[in-house]
Amino acid sequence: MDTLALLADGFATSLSPLNIMIVLLGVTAGLFIGAMPGLGSVNGVAIVLPLTFIVPPSSAIILLCAIYYGAMYGGAISSILLGIPGASTAVATTFDGRPLAQQGKAGLALIAAAVASFIGGTISVVLFTLFAVPLADLALAFGPAEEFALVLMAFTTFVGLGGDDKLKTIIMICLGLVLSTVGLDLISGQPRLIFGDMPGFYSGISFLVLAIGVYGIGEILYTIESSRTAPQVTPARITLRDLGDGIRTMNRMWRTMSLGSFLGFFVGMLPAAGATPAALMAYGIARSTSKTPSSFGKGNLEGVAAPETANNAASTGSLLPMLTLGIPGSPTTALLLGGMVMWGLMPGPMLFIEQPEFVWGLISSLYTANFAAVAINIALIPLFVWALRMPFTVLCALVMVLCIVGGFAPSQKMHDVWLIAGFGVAGYLLRKADYPLAPLVLALVLGPLMEKSFRQTLIAEQGNILAFVERPLSGTFIALAALFFVLPLVKYLRKGGARSIAPAE
Amino acid sequence: MIYKMTRRAALAGVASIAMIAAGATSALAENWKPQKPVEMVIMAGQGGGADRLARLFQSIIQKEKLSSMPVLPVNKGGGSGAEALRYLKDNAGDAHKIMATLNSYYTTPLRTDIGVDIEEFTPIARMALDTFVLWVNADSDIHTLDDYVAAVKASGGEWKMGGTGTGQEDSLVTAMLEKEFDIKVTYVPFKGGGDVAKNLVGGHIDSTVNNPSEALGFYQAGKVRPIVAFTPDRMEVFPDTPTATELGHDIVYWMQRSFVAPKDMPAEAVAYYTEMFRQLSETEEWQTYTKDKALMADFLTGDELQAYFIEEREKHAAILADMEGDGSS
Repeated sequence: MDTLALLADGFATSLSPLNIMIVLLGVTAGLFIGAMPGLGSVNGVAIVLPLTFIVPPSSAIILLCAIYYGAMYGGAISSILLGIPGASTAVATTFDGRPLAQQGKAGLALIAAAVASFIGGTISVVLFTLFAVPLADLALAFGPAEEFALVLMAFTTFVGLGGDDKLKTIIMICLGLVLSTVGLDLISGQPRLIFGDMPGFYSGISFLVLAIGVYGIGEILYTIESSRTAPQVTPARITLRDLGDGIRTMNRMWRTMSLGSFLGFFVGMLPAAGATPAALMAYGIARSTSKTPSSFGKGNLEGVAAPETANNAASTGSLLPMLTLGIPGSPTTALLLGGMVMWGLMPGPMLFIEQPEFVWGLISSLYTANFAAVAINIALIPLFVWALRMPFTVLCALVMVLCIVGGFAPSQKMHDVWLIAGFGVAGYLLRKADYPLAPLVLALVLGPLMEKSFRQTLIAEQGNILAFVERPLSGTFIALAALFFVLPLVKYLRKGGARSIAPAE
Repeated sequence: MIYKMTRRAALAGVASIAMIAAGATSALAENWKPQKPVEMVIMAGQGGGADRLARLFQSIIQKEKLSSMPVLPVNKGGGSGAEALRYLKDNAGDAHKIMATLNSYYTTPLRTDIGVDIEEFTPIARMALDTFVLWVNADSDIHTLDDYVAAVKASGGEWKMGGTGTGQEDSLVTAMLEKEFDIKVTYVPFKGGGDVAKNLVGGHIDSTVNNPSEALGFYQAGKVRPIVAFTPDRMEVFPDTPTATELGHDIVYWMQRSFVAPKDMPAEAVAYYTEMFRQLSETEEWQTYTKDKALMADFLTGDELQAYFIEEREKHAAILADMEGDGSS
């Protein structure tokens, strides 16, 4: 009850007229920032951070969190409408969001994304409210071995993601892993695969650069060729009835959405992971536990709902180690942390004890931000859908520009723009040759995390590889990974090996 | 009414005389002003200690209106700062670029062949020196440096020391410890100081050499214990923690937080930025921050700063040579 009393006090702070205005403003700004490819919550928060001196610290952090939340909702918009991930966290949303838009169901997909984001956000804020402090201990229990086991689990949820051709899937995973090793090696400090001595490769290949290249540019090239200027995107309309239908459809996805929420929250909570792996894992699990896995990637609404619940839940989850341990779980929370330090607040184990008004004001504002975000998002869907009714010839050029700007903005290096162009052509060719792109992207996201934690564990345990299964937490994850790996096989066997051999999963 | 007006006018007159007088001392700085936003290049990625500090500087500059043009932080953290160093070198003569440095300013050009000679850069100001402390988990039995050395020796090389990437500051301090006490630890590199602190509290590693700012939160919560400080004098925040020097071991190591500019930056611009950082170093925000975070605010500019950089580079060359010698043996 203590918690509820504190939360009520928090609402007294967050529901003041000034703070409500700030939440609305922040969410709207965040929505648009998130929807712009390449601009994500990091940029939004970084730009606004120095401007927050004019309001009291509790309002300032509410503004930053509102932007953070809004951007998380916004990321889905360009993923669905244009097939370019608005932020790295929304890559998994393109897998099914894009096909839905092509079938003229962009409105439905956007509603699904908004509702799913809302559910994910709400469930995770409730978890945050009730268990913030004890959960911090769980985050501490995660060492390198546990991280590795978790990532391994994420990989196994994607078995069969590529569809029919196993060999092609494996080739793409390997290619992604190779790309993920480019750059400076953390353990030895030496540069790897920098093509002679190209300084641009020192910082590695950014995940967003690859995603924008293969999905954004590659998709446009492919569409130009296959449609020959005929608008392939079915113009979508949206009415109030669609909204009702959308929400009713969502009502059947509680299993996927609650799974996504819990998974997102816990993965987001771990400082090393964050919202991108969380969204990818949620997608993988939704697919591998689905009754009709083959419909994923072709416009299954659950394929939008799963990653969107997870990435919003993860964005709340990553606030947890930031507030309770002083360790940011993502670049954006690192900036929020910097902001708090600037206002003289000290995130860490003492914050909940020394600054309860601040902490609970922040938590309660997550509830209001979530409500504001879903309302504003749904209200703006007709506007977003209307954008799709542009002639394809115009839209195509626009997407191209957005891809290039989106690739340049985060790093401000021309090097990344050239890479995007290269990946775009590669993505187009791979698509033509029917190679799956999702495993490539997944491997680049998870590869560095996996390699790092694997080597850290082996160093720390003097090369004892059994360390991974000896530790209870990591052992559990390894067991789960094994389960996910054989699950498709079990499903296949249960069907009695019916139909063809290949599309088992 | 008339009286009041005159009085106000007189006050204004006095004020403007005072301003002129103040202006005269920094006349050089008054002449030149940035004509466009100033790029503040950060030698590290977003979210790390260096980045957070640079953004703190930016916000103080903005809040106190220390610059007539906005200062925009740009992260160029690739290759332990190699990317930033190269960028600064390629922009010689530019009056609108400054760079926030850390110790990779010396070590990166020494470790990787990127064609950068830091002597060519223009020193602006050293804002602070960050300190290093040896930490263990508060649950451990180790209370003194002797306990520590004994425990490491007893572990037979399996003692897990966590720190930032190999070749960066934490690994240098570790190498110095190994040499001084003739011990061998297993060095486990992590991505950032916060990650290191978390793994110490979680019991995944046995000790760290975190900066105080990285471990302070856990220290206040009673989760970690400082064993020894690598500073010449005891630190105000840890009055009971001895320094290595007072225990008879000459290990002192600093992380510098400075600003430099490209080669051949116009002298007026150098004067402007130097003055800007001097004013920054006197603001209340900065002084509170350094006190809270146990940073040593040690302001240094011009030739003295350049001499300091060169001296430090020599020291780091020696430490790195030692480390590499160990690696091959």
